[in-house]
Amino acid sequence: MNRWRRGPAPAAATGPDPGPFVMEFRGVGFTYPGPPPVTALGACELTVRRGEFLTVVGPSGSGKSTFLNLAGLLDVPTRGRYLLDGIDTGGLRERERAALRGRRIGFVFQSFHLLPHRSALENVGLALLYTGVPPAERRDRARAALERVGLGHRLHAPPGQLSGGERQRVAVARALVGRPSLLLCDEPTGNLDSASAAAVLSLLDGLHRAGMTVVVITHDPEVAARGGRTVTIRDGRLYERARPA
Amino acid sequence: MAAAATRMSVRDVLGEALAGLVRRPGRAVLTGLGTVLGVGGFVVVLGLTATLSARIDGRFSMLTATEVTVEDVAAQRDPYAPPAFPADAERRIRVLAGVEHAGVHWQVRPSPPVGSDPVGSDPVGSDPVGSDPAAAGPAVVAASPEAVLAMVPRLQQGRLYDDFAERTRQRVVVLGGGAAARLGVTTLSTRPAVRIGGEMFAVAGILGDVARQPENLLAALVPRATAAELWGPPGAGAARMLISTETGAARQVAALAPVALRPDRPEFLRAVPPADPRRLRAGVGADLGVLFLLLAGVCLLVGAAGIANTTLVAVLERAPEIGLRRAVGARGRHIAAQFLAESALLGGLGGLLGMSLGVLAVTGVAVARGWTPVLSPAVLAVAPVVGLVTGLLAGAYPAHRAARVEPAAALRR
Repeated sequence: MNRWRRGPAPAAATGPDPGPFVMEFRGVGFTYPGPPPVTALGACELTVRRGEFLTVVGPSGSGKSTFLNLAGLLDVPTRGRYLLDGIDTGGLRERERAALRGRRIGFVFQSFHLLPHRSALENVGLALLYTGVPPAERRDRARAALERVGLGHRLHAPPGQLSGGERQRVAVARALVGRPSLLLCDEPTGNLDSASAAAVLSLLDGLHRAGMTVVVITHDPEVAARGGRTVTIRDGRLYERARPA
Repeated sequence: MAAAATRMSVRDVLGEALAGLVRRPGRAVLTGLGTVLGVGGFVVVLGLTATLSARIDGRFSMLTATEVTVEDVAAQRDPYAPPAFPADAERRIRVLAGVEHAGVHWQVRPSPPVGSDPVGSDPVGSDPVGSDPAAAGPAVVAASPEAVLAMVPRLQQGRLYDDFAERTRQRVVVLGGGAAARLGVTTLSTRPAVRIGGEMFAVAGILGDVARQPENLLAALVPRATAAELWGPPGAGAARMLISTETGAARQVAALAPVALRPDRPEFLRAVPPADPRRLRAGVGADLGVLFLLLAGVCLLVGAAGIANTTLVAVLERAPEIGLRRAVGARGRHIAAQFLAESALLGGLGGLLGMSLGVLAVTGVAVARGWTPVLSPAVLAVAPVVGLVTGLLAGAYPAHRAARVEPAAALRR
């Protein structure tokens, strides 16, 4: 058990070769049982390659949240197969799904979800709490992650003393600290002014250029345009259009 | 196996729980208040009960643990037997080790009864023998000087009669405080006398108080030999011997007294030893303890309900935090462990604080009343544990709920 101290590095995975795809949706769909049953996401085919920057765009109520929950292993698809790092997540028990979430996915949320009474360092370290990393190493890695997002000088500030942009950068640091295969961002700029939004987006750009696989879910076409590839969700269906050159 | 299962060390569980508490001290204090009061009440009740029992026990033991009464049961054994106490009973009993004072006493019924008529008034009493002495006047008790001493008397005025008065059968009387008031004897400076059974008795002293046989405060005490000479020996079964002993000697003295007094017919006498102090203490403790423990239990129950309620509210309020923890790999049991640890810690700390306050309260009350505070070390050791267990029990349901929070729904908030 102790061999697994960290998730695989984004590009060069340790252990068996996880293949070229980080995410594979093979006919994945989700239907709320009802009554009456409501299909939030129809059968979707989607693959995300290692190192890709994908944006998922769509109006509210289109099924974006359902997509996020399925991609983030927060919900179980009612149909199809979802492979994360080549691992078929169907039939996994909850403890295994929790382990996959903790080690291979980094989440960034619109409302940051920082613990209000804990310092930035503690908030980032929280992402390593359940992965068996000893406390001293947690602190070191959290400090490194905060320095990477440009917050090396705000290590001990609680979220209340940080600006919106700084809070989201703490959240990004928390998502990065576990060295995940996939960075899953849900409206990362939704609560930010345009300057802070630009800073967070350029941070994500930089991570992508360094090899991180980034999936951003947004309803903002401007944010969507930052991705190397964009898919649209409308009425529970995924559409992909080749970007004009 | 998709990936090594996530886990959480005990240290991390406690660390997260502690962080959750100290970062919101106000809420923690309010939540723990119920346990503080419950455990505090528990300690106060047990402490005060123990303090009071010890005090009651102390009173009992001071008075009764050193007191032995010997009764004359000769008439029950042999209807023709003379009074069982020999004339030199006091000399005989003093042979026993541990006897402080011992003397024979009995109530006499002189005719006419006691009066304080001035000398020269009509000396003829009209009350027949055997009429109710209380109705007629103060009771008259024949008591040897040693018997009076065994009552632990406190003189208000004058002095007690001594062996010389006994030997020479003097007409002297020591009045109980109540009897003196009834007879209108307020001062000895006028050398008052009272009439008992037609004889004039000089008042030697007035008793302010007696520790044993307080009924004698309403009686007139006359020397035993004087009474025997004037009114004859005590009736069948009327005489008793009162013995005051050194601490711890009472049961021994009681066992030996009949043989020491009447080696020929020890069965004519029955010695009544004091009650076993250990049994007495247990009795007092149990009576008070059960009721008060019940009250403390109710306090604790209220405290537990408080913790359960607040923790449950906290679970609902902290749903986003739970969702986030689940997103970074926590399993339901990790969440449950954290909330359980929080409420257990809160209960334990509340118990510790409640215990401290309880000890302060017990000590304060005892000091204010001039009592000796008595607290069992077991109570002090158990109190924080009681708080901890209360917290654990109270946190069980909220923790269960926290473990079942759906992360997807919680994160959308």
